[in-house]
Amino acid sequence: MKTRSIIKSRNLPMFITMCLFVLMFGFGSFTFKGFFSLQNFFDLFIDNAYLIIIGVGMTFVIISGGIDLSVGSVLALSTMLSSSLLEKSHMDPILVIPIVLLVGIALGLFMGLLIQKFDLPPFIITLAGLYFARGLCYVISLETIGITNDFWQKASQMQIYIGSSFISTSVVIAVVILLAGMFISRYTKFGRTVFAIGGNEQSAILMGLPVARTKILLYGFSGFCSALAGIVFTFYTQSGYALNGKGMEMDAIAAVVIGGTLLTGGVGSILGTLMGVFIFGTIQLLIAFQGTLNSWWTRIAIGFLVFVFCFLQRVLETRKGARASAAAPAKAKGSAGTVKA
Amino acid sequence: MAWWKALTHKKIFWPLVALALIMCFNLFFTPNFFRLEIKDGHLYGNVIDIIKNGAPIMLLAVGLTLVIATKGIDISVGSIVAISAGVVAMLIGGDLQGVPKYPIVFAMLAALVASVLCGMWNGMLVSRIGMQPVIATLILLVAGRGIAMVTTNAMIVWLYAKPFALLGQGYLFGLPFSIYIVAVLVLLTALVTRRTALGLFIESVGINPTAARFAGINAKNLIFWVYTFCGLCAGISGLVVCSTVMSADGNNAGLGYEMDAILAVVLGGTSMNGGKFYLIGSIVGALIVQALTTTIYAFGVPPEIAQVVKAIVVWIVCLLQSKTFRSMFLGMFGKKELAS
Repeated sequence: MKTRSIIKSRNLPMFITMCLFVLMFGFGSFTFKGFFSLQNFFDLFIDNAYLIIIGVGMTFVIISGGIDLSVGSVLALSTMLSSSLLEKSHMDPILVIPIVLLVGIALGLFMGLLIQKFDLPPFIITLAGLYFARGLCYVISLETIGITNDFWQKASQMQIYIGSSFISTSVVIAVVILLAGMFISRYTKFGRTVFAIGGNEQSAILMGLPVARTKILLYGFSGFCSALAGIVFTFYTQSGYALNGKGMEMDAIAAVVIGGTLLTGGVGSILGTLMGVFIFGTIQLLIAFQGTLNSWWTRIAIGFLVFVFCFLQRVLETRKGARASAAAPAKAKGSAGTVKA
Repeated sequence: MAWWKALTHKKIFWPLVALALIMCFNLFFTPNFFRLEIKDGHLYGNVIDIIKNGAPIMLLAVGLTLVIATKGIDISVGSIVAISAGVVAMLIGGDLQGVPKYPIVFAMLAALVASVLCGMWNGMLVSRIGMQPVIATLILLVAGRGIAMVTTNAMIVWLYAKPFALLGQGYLFGLPFSIYIVAVLVLLTALVTRRTALGLFIESVGINPTAARFAGINAKNLIFWVYTFCGLCAGISGLVVCSTVMSADGNNAGLGYEMDAILAVVLGGTSMNGGKFYLIGSIVGALIVQALTTTIYAFGVPPEIAQVVKAIVVWIVCLLQSKTFRSMFLGMFGKKELAS
């Protein structure tokens, strides 16, 4: 009985998110003509494919109790790298894609190594990573590099029809990553270890789980997602530009948090993150359909939503904490101590 | 050797060494780096430029030092700079004759009030709601740029009101005016934190909030006011930034300043793990950051690429602060001094 109520309160943020999405989409459908259509729903996928991919990596990092602020810059770096390799070095796309992905993974692994091996705060290491990757973009080129490669052109123009509506290549990639993320988080040893680390790192170590390896791999995976998102982003823009993805780390964190993943770690889901991305996309659509509001209001709205959901998380946590301490005061004190450690 | 040990154990020693190293590098590799000229009764030269351009970072570093001492972080300072610049620019107005829309002092006060409110918002999220400082201030980091853009109607506002230029471009007794603002702020902060028990309270909250609470310190209120103070510092910094370029650009004002300011504080010897803080160290840290930037520019490297160097410096400084790394490093050179 008691466990059931806890599970419910854990899933509560995600239910709220789903309801909010339905409400917002419904509001848009009633207010604006042409808002309610299958294509408009698919556009949520098409326009935010890169954000979904980044969000999957970010969800893992946040579930483990860490954070990765470098995602937006790594995305920009991968757009710059792929466009410059394609256009300036005239490399084959079959070579370019692995190289770009490897750079992302390497940068992620490096940051993970610093964080795990030397016990450094994730946010400061990844904040430095943010500036490092952004700076490297400018080292490659200060200007936009357009992509004229055939393969890239084809990949970006391909439309897969479902009924009378269509989706793009990037959506297929995003959905594959999404499904892979769901599978990894639920059914693999790696995924379970991530949850265990986020719940209580000390216990995870005592249980004999490969905490160090998992933590380093985690940031590598996030780097991989960011680099892949960068490639998807170039399908979208057909160019590399150093300012791409500015502030995207916040969008990704917002999507994850709105999706019900706890920032303290241990609780979260990939599906929730998808919902978070949908809400993000719907806000953008609403502001676009409304037409008179400055697009900067999106930022403010996202900031506000993150605040609301963080607040909600805190309220749920303190209520849960109060209930636990009422049941067993000594135990609650012990767990509070370990959380700090 | 006792004096040597006493010297190297002073926290301020290593930041000063770093600053001296950068300066020495410039002495040999950058021609005319140390040449000072007097034009129209003002001092000109690279060294003066470092101090003048470093003023906004120094102002941010003062507030951030106290926040980091409480084991917190404020990554929204850059956005608060943009908000403060936006508010003051909108209230003074872009009149070509330089006639301000509202009195300049009123506009400046309004900008400071806005930034104090931002600081209070951060403080409330961290101390009352109990959010992690990174996330709490990340909200304002992103939303703040939006607010700044909405304040300025997403346009760059150019200012022509001459008196306002004093803050960032003016001179007093031959030195840039902004230096005096920094000096006054540092002096006041040092007085309040070091001549009263406040500094001790802040450090104790950073070392162990629970113990501090049991010792009778109202940790929540303290944290709240520390973030508020940080907002105020960012606001002052925003005024100086706006006055230096006589324009407010919601998109680019104070962009990336949070990184420079954090770097300054950490270089100055204040640990990211909270606890002991060093105000003068942070000022020296800000000078190091600015000297590094100026040196990189002097070599003709575009400012954007300078970020790479700064990021690497942050990683190195973090490693030096890590206990694991130190013992590993010492282990490589014999096992002496591990106990100390």
